[in-house]
Amino acid sequence: MEDVSRRDLFKIVGSSMVLTTAGSGVLSPALAQHVHMAMAEAKSLSGGPNYAPKCFTRHNFQTLKKLSDIVIPGSLDAGAPEYIDLLSSHNAELAAIFNGGFAWLDDYMQKTYAADFLTAKPEQQTELLDKLAYRAKHTPETAGGQTFWTWVRNMVVDVYYTSPVGVKDIGFMGNGAMAEFSVPKEAVEYALKRSPFAG
Amino acid sequence: MFQVQPSQVQRSPQVHDVVVIGSGAGGGTTVKVLTEMGINVTLIEAGPMLNPQKDFKEHMWPWEVDHRGVGPNAENYFGKDIYPFGYFLAPNGYWNIPGEPFTVAQGSEFKWFRSRIMGGRTNHYGRISLRFADYDFKPYQFDGLGYDWPITYDEMAPYYDKAEEFIGVTGTREGLRSAPDGKFLPPIPPRVHETLVMHAGKKLNIPVIPSRMAMLTKSIHGRAACHYCGQCGRGCRTASAFTSSQAMIFPAMKTGHLNIISNAMARELLVDDQGKVKAVSYVDKATRTEKQIRCRAVVVAASACESARLLLNSKSTKFPGGIANSSGQVGRNLTDTVGYALSGHVPALEGLPRHNCDGIGGMHVYTPWWELEKKNKLFPRGYHIEIGGGFGMPQIGSFRGVAAQAEGYGSKLKDAIRQSYGTQISFSGRGEMIPNENSYCEIDPTTVDQWGIPVLKFHFKWQEYETNMVKHMHQTFTDLIHAMGGTVTSKAFPANPLNAISTGGEIIHEAGTVRMGADPKSSVLNKWSQAHEVNNLFVSDAAPFNGNPDKNVTLTIVANAWRAAEHLAEEMKKGNI
Repeated sequence: MEDVSRRDLFKIVGSSMVLTTAGSGVLSPALAQHVHMAMAEAKSLSGGPNYAPKCFTRHNFQTLKKLSDIVIPGSLDAGAPEYIDLLSSHNAELAAIFNGGFAWLDDYMQKTYAADFLTAKPEQQTELLDKLAYRAKHTPETAGGQTFWTWVRNMVVDVYYTSPVGVKDIGFMGNGAMAEFSVPKEAVEYALKRSPFAG
Repeated sequence: MFQVQPSQVQRSPQVHDVVVIGSGAGGGTTVKVLTEMGINVTLIEAGPMLNPQKDFKEHMWPWEVDHRGVGPNAENYFGKDIYPFGYFLAPNGYWNIPGEPFTVAQGSEFKWFRSRIMGGRTNHYGRISLRFADYDFKPYQFDGLGYDWPITYDEMAPYYDKAEEFIGVTGTREGLRSAPDGKFLPPIPPRVHETLVMHAGKKLNIPVIPSRMAMLTKSIHGRAACHYCGQCGRGCRTASAFTSSQAMIFPAMKTGHLNIISNAMARELLVDDQGKVKAVSYVDKATRTEKQIRCRAVVVAASACESARLLLNSKSTKFPGGIANSSGQVGRNLTDTVGYALSGHVPALEGLPRHNCDGIGGMHVYTPWWELEKKNKLFPRGYHIEIGGGFGMPQIGSFRGVAAQAEGYGSKLKDAIRQSYGTQISFSGRGEMIPNENSYCEIDPTTVDQWGIPVLKFHFKWQEYETNMVKHMHQTFTDLIHAMGGTVTSKAFPANPLNAISTGGEIIHEAGTVRMGADPKSSVLNKWSQAHEVNNLFVSDAAPFNGNPDKNVTLTIVANAWRAAEHLAEEMKKGNI
């Protein structure tokens, strides 16, 4: 199978389009060969250790990085903290949710464990996060952090799965080009076997 | 910002052959047919020119833009939809256009989607391409409701052939009365979830057949064959998915017979002493200047409601109620498609081996109306079913529901998301609304837009025919999900079906506002979409439609516009226009 990189494909597709509008020129069959995605690289989108936060204090940004890594391991490579920081720098409502949340978090940790979130022990961090994350474990004392938690989890999930690492994790294999559309037989059989239409 | 100065109107000395207003499916078809016959056409579009290379976001990953699609100021996170169908979709239009309002009568609900771009809504539309059936052209004869068209299926069929052969439509010959066969390109194989739906349909006696979509499963007319990325809605740089801009207007530009005026908002049609259109008056948006172009004939294809608005706003001594509107039918008979959707979770799809299931954008199989012969239904007309599911490209928000349900965090949450990916199935019903006297648009006498053009006021009511239909949809979709071994995940059906049915206008299939008919007393246009009273005025979008069957309007817009354009050309040749 002849492989053409995505960049090459669209360079040629672009010029073929010019021809197409002139009434001639068709995408050559070679181009219609399956093109492997540029996904293989799965490069990191992290801002690195020298990233200067745009909206949050350094301390709060470190707290966000810790939270992000616990909520979805791998989300630092997805650039989750940087994304939340960037959008918060453009949206005061979002900034208030996060800045308020950081303050609530450290205050709660100080009252409960005499340490802020970053310096608390890992089991203390997860003890709080469990109370926020599971409906059965909610307490009146943690109610104030609920909105913040929901935003953290939603946004970290969002960023992770819209990143090369997350797309690879979930196994999305599309966004390429193929000459012919077909469905793997084993995939059809897998589903049929587990469905009411088996046998 | 300076004001429009009527005293500085610029009038073209030249008389243009034909002025076409609007560049969507109807305008594009008119442009194509007329320029190929050597007729000089001037096309007026209210939006800018389209540049597919620059404007389409085909193949873009979410991380390639820093906000990943939610808007630069995180708008989407706060429910402000600055992109009507998402950041990555083709430039297509808006639910609300700043400076160009419309109003809705008290007690009515209506949404109006308008495009302002070369190619109009064809740049993003679903491309479902279904012929109307024989009975769709004669609904009154069929069941005593609505209005018969002044033409039959057999008269339209040759133009369906031309339309399909030109735009390219997938499909198979099935011999169904409710879904007439056409000139089809090869169909595309069903995805895994669609195979399960086919089995479920078999069990329930509901047909599930290859979809009929305007995507090229093989190369035609110099347009490349599809490369199966499933992103037709984002716009296709290879023009493998039909758009009027790429397939009709760009090639027409090479003929030397097309003159394009973009960013031009039509204000009114001006008539001469005989009551013929002599010129089109428009606002050049960039300079806010008022201009007029003289013409032998005009084809209005600005979208059903926008076309009605233009006619109603074209008042003169001869036509005090708007040009060609002695019947009072302009703006009446407004219909949209009946919409309802239900989602479910299918355990048989959990852990499905990963593969690329992009294919063509949208469904590969669908259900045409199957209860045509059934007696004593609670609603007279039918609906088709669209099927959704598969491994979609993850976007912001894709897994929010799963995360909320799964609770927790860390690797357990990742496992839950991985397991749920690709297990969702959705069914969307698209059904026929019967025209009624409470659904129409008129000029709001007290409101103008930023160009000083009086705006539309909408009146809209669903009847029991439609609410009964969505109840039937709900039951059918529930049965299909259960037959697949799945569970319904959507909210329960509300006690009041008006809370389940789509809002008028929401499905973006408005039709019927400048209807055609045999009798000039009760219709605006004749069987050629030519105004009874003004023989050099044609309307070529979905406005002439006498009904709005469960078969998306675009293919019929193309076929009907083609027919009208040929008639116009003939009449010009004969010297009648």
